[in-house]
Amino acid sequence: MSNMLHLINKSPFERTALDSCLRLAKPGSSILLIEDGVYAGLEKAAHAEKIAGRMEDFSFYVLGPDVAARGLGDTPLIEGLAVVDYEGFVDLVVEHDVTQSWL
Amino acid sequence: MEEWEESGPEVVKRFMYVNRRAPYGTIYALECLEVVLVAAAFDQDVSVVFMDDGVCQLKKNQDTTGIGMKNFSKTYGALDDYDVEKIYVEKEALDARGLTAEDLVIPVEVIAAVDLREIMAQQDVVISS
Repeated sequence: MSNMLHLINKSPFERTALDSCLRLAKPGSSILLIEDGVYAGLEKAAHAEKIAGRMEDFSFYVLGPDVAARGLGDTPLIEGLAVVDYEGFVDLVVEHDVTQSWL
Repeated sequence: MEEWEESGPEVVKRFMYVNRRAPYGTIYALECLEVVLVAAAFDQDVSVVFMDDGVCQLKKNQDTTGIGMKNFSKTYGALDDYDVEKIYVEKEALDARGLTAEDLVIPVEVIAAVDLREIMAQQDVVISS
């Protein structure tokens, strides 16, 4: 069985990409939030439980430069959500057999 | 006196610009800001609304050095210079994202959707992006 890296680049407020990913991804997969997908990582947001409640199923990551660009560097992110830089992004792609973008 | 000057008072229309998209992920936010600044030069009654993910456009402390895009959040401060003073932010949208007026780059009027609805209904032109 391949291990998969899922990329979410859409806001959870506007699109269903995160919901679909969480429904379809096999436990043990990794999920990286990039671009507008980083809004899914806000700890105080209404939907925070979507990710906080699945920490045992998935490894969650968020791309730091996209967090900083949106002014969220000073905003609490969901506990257990690991911040990675572009090099970390590349490492994740290399470490996983398959990368799936939920466009 | 020129004829056009005798043709009665100038018609001022009420224009509302509704921002519903987050910045950087798409071009909508930047494009709408530019449209508002251009439109403000025409002495119309302009109001600007930030709702849904549009409230994220105004988040403080944006730092785009890592993504290689222009940080245009400071440009919202120019709205006041252009006498655009009616700036509304939907309270429900802020709440859903765990944000408050203190998190925003400019002073705004935080307004509940039920009240925003009344202001929206008074407009002559509504442009959403």
